[in-house]
Amino acid sequence: MLSIKNLAVKLEDEDKQILKGVDLEIEAGNVHAIMGPNGSGKSTLSYVLSGKGGYEVTDGSAELEGVDLLDMEPEERAAAGLFLAFQYPVEIPGVGNMTFLRTAVNAQRKARGEEEMSAAEFLKVVRTRAKELKIDADMLKRPVNMGFSGGEKKRNEILQMAMLEPKMCILDETDSGLDVDAMKLVAEGVNALRSEGRGFLVITHYQRLLDHIKPDVVHIMADGRIIKTGGPELALEVENNGYADILAEVA
Amino acid sequence: MAELAAKSDPTEAMIASLTLPNATWAKPAREGALARLRQSGLPTRRDEYWKYTRPDTLTQVTAPEAEVLVTDEAPMFDGTDRLKIVFVDGVFDAEASDDLSLEGISIERLADAQSDLHWAKSLYGVLEERGQTPVSRPLAALNTAFATDGVLIHVKGKTSKPVNLIYRHETNTSDAILHNCVKLEPGAEMTLLENGPAAARFNKVLEVDVADTASFHHVRAQGRDHERRAVTHIFARLGAQSAFRSFTMTVNGQLTRNDCVIEITGDDALAHVAGACVGDGDFHHDDTVFITHDALNGESRQVFKKVLRNGATGVFQGKILVKAGAQKTDGYQISQSLLLDDDSQFLAKPELEIYADDVACSHGSTSGAIDEDAMFYLRSRGVSEGEATDLLTLAFLAEAVEEIAQEDLREDINARMGAWLQRHRS
Ligand SMILES: Nc1ncnc2c1ncn2[C@@H]1O[C@H](COP(=O)(O)OP(=O)(O)O)[C@@H](O)[C@H]1O
Ligand SMILES: [Mg+2]
Repeated sequence: MLSIKNLAVKLEDEDKQILKGVDLEIEAGNVHAIMGPNGSGKSTLSYVLSGKGGYEVTDGSAELEGVDLLDMEPEERAAAGLFLAFQYPVEIPGVGNMTFLRTAVNAQRKARGEEEMSAAEFLKVVRTRAKELKIDADMLKRPVNMGFSGGEKKRNEILQMAMLEPKMCILDETDSGLDVDAMKLVAEGVNALRSEGRGFLVITHYQRLLDHIKPDVVHIMADGRIIKTGGPELALEVENNGYADILAEVA
Repeated sequence: MAELAAKSDPTEAMIASLTLPNATWAKPAREGALARLRQSGLPTRRDEYWKYTRPDTLTQVTAPEAEVLVTDEAPMFDGTDRLKIVFVDGVFDAEASDDLSLEGISIERLADAQSDLHWAKSLYGVLEERGQTPVSRPLAALNTAFATDGVLIHVKGKTSKPVNLIYRHETNTSDAILHNCVKLEPGAEMTLLENGPAAARFNKVLEVDVADTASFHHVRAQGRDHERRAVTHIFARLGAQSAFRSFTMTVNGQLTRNDCVIEITGDDALAHVAGACVGDGDFHHDDTVFITHDALNGESRQVFKKVLRNGATGVFQGKILVKAGAQKTDGYQISQSLLLDDDSQFLAKPELEIYADDVACSHGSTSGAIDEDAMFYLRSRGVSEGEATDLLTLAFLAEAVEEIAQEDLREDINARMGAWLQRHRS
């Protein structure tokens, strides 16, 4: 599904290398988790994959189902099936959440040559999905993420994911700032989307989320590289001992 | 003195080119206005009040031509039940207009109003004259003196539907001067809609007298034709507990200068003036607002938003004057521009002048580009760059558009601006 080879990335305006050769293969139907200390490059990886400006790819490649991602505009990547749940969802004053969702759903459909969703159908689907995530009508009416609590913003990300039904979902610290109940909701939202044809990359600091979203593979990232890969037990090891042992082991 | 002499020539040339209408009751007002015009002279670039906007094409004797834009867009406010009054190149079109009768309101054409004891005698040119201090507005005096037509509206109750003045532009060389007066009696309410490019050059004055507890809504859509030029003035006087709300949308037009002069004379009155404009290329748009608080507990809001691209220019000169004794005044002023490229510019001169000690006044002015983070967020959801720009642009304009109370009008305005943005995508 997602194939990343030796991906090296520096800042566009600064001589600072952030990713130093990342290799990652995520098969359809699988959940991969990336853990790692702050500043190791996890968010950068998610941004580069989804096409944010300000970064320069100096080496390597990233493909989604065999198609080169790095050559596409962000909206083309989205239409191709890539989705990023932001670590810090953006507030957009003046743009209603509903308008935003509907514009996004229909833009992707249009880009794929599919029929647009009718207003009635859209309303029905969005209401059902919102209810599952305990997002109330008021949050749907408000401008995008404006006045949302941290947890509400994260649930709103999952709502977008559920509406857009992407093939490859990247979740960047979706659990940070969530209380236990909110985390359960989010995990249920993610689990409901798990399917044969869909891949997940879950970036997190904590084992907590992985109790609810069981990963198939766990990677540890440090200083722009994936330094260790293992099964779910790797996350437990981090939870108990921190990164120090693993870092020492590799060094 | 030397400067005055130098100025008086173009002024006299302009006066000589126009005919003072053969007016009955309005004669003293017109002659008074002519005297004011002679005294101040037409504006020049050297006038402080015209620092950011070149007045020459507005003051030269012959109007520069403006091509009539052919478009298949539906007429503005088409979905709203309204009484239509149509002027074509400044000339009243009876056939295209509705019957001028509406319950609770009397509407008359200025050119038809002959009675010597006309009610408009106490309004025509009166607020314009009051608005000549502390800054002179010679093009408004010129209008009062030489206006060829317009409407006189007397509102005695709550009107059942809006009155819509439609200004069609059909001749490339037209040069129109229209003067409208609206007098609202205590407790009266009305909505005035105005739209259309009007003429190659348009000089328009609107005087509004809002009596105690009366309420006036005004929504105006200027523009469409790329080469048209306009100078407009609104003069309003507000009585106690009255409300005045005016919103203007401007799309296109080579030159637009909109002056709005409001005097709050009764306690607990409210004045909201808002503007949203989108301009491209040689578009030059100037909003000049002067709000005077001369009563207790007044609330005023000025919300002006400009979207500029391809070298367009936006100007805002806004002033709140709080006179001594106008305690508990709440004055708010915001002017903002969204610059879609580096060639466009926004020039703002916000001013507060306060002589009372117990007031809350704030003003702010900003110039900015599209927020990159919001842009990426939208695009990461599959929204194209063009569509995302439009969404964020309309969002930027929203604070001004929200000043329109009626939802159908608000949606009409938003749809217009959305269509404009789509047509002008780079
Ligand atoms: N736009 C940027 N400007 C400056 N530094 C950046 C930028 N993006 C990332 N970095 C730096 O790159 C490193 C990796 O950041 P990030 O990808 O956010 O790490 P993580 O998500 O693993 O905490 C950090 O040192 C961070 O400061
Ligand atoms: Mg991060």
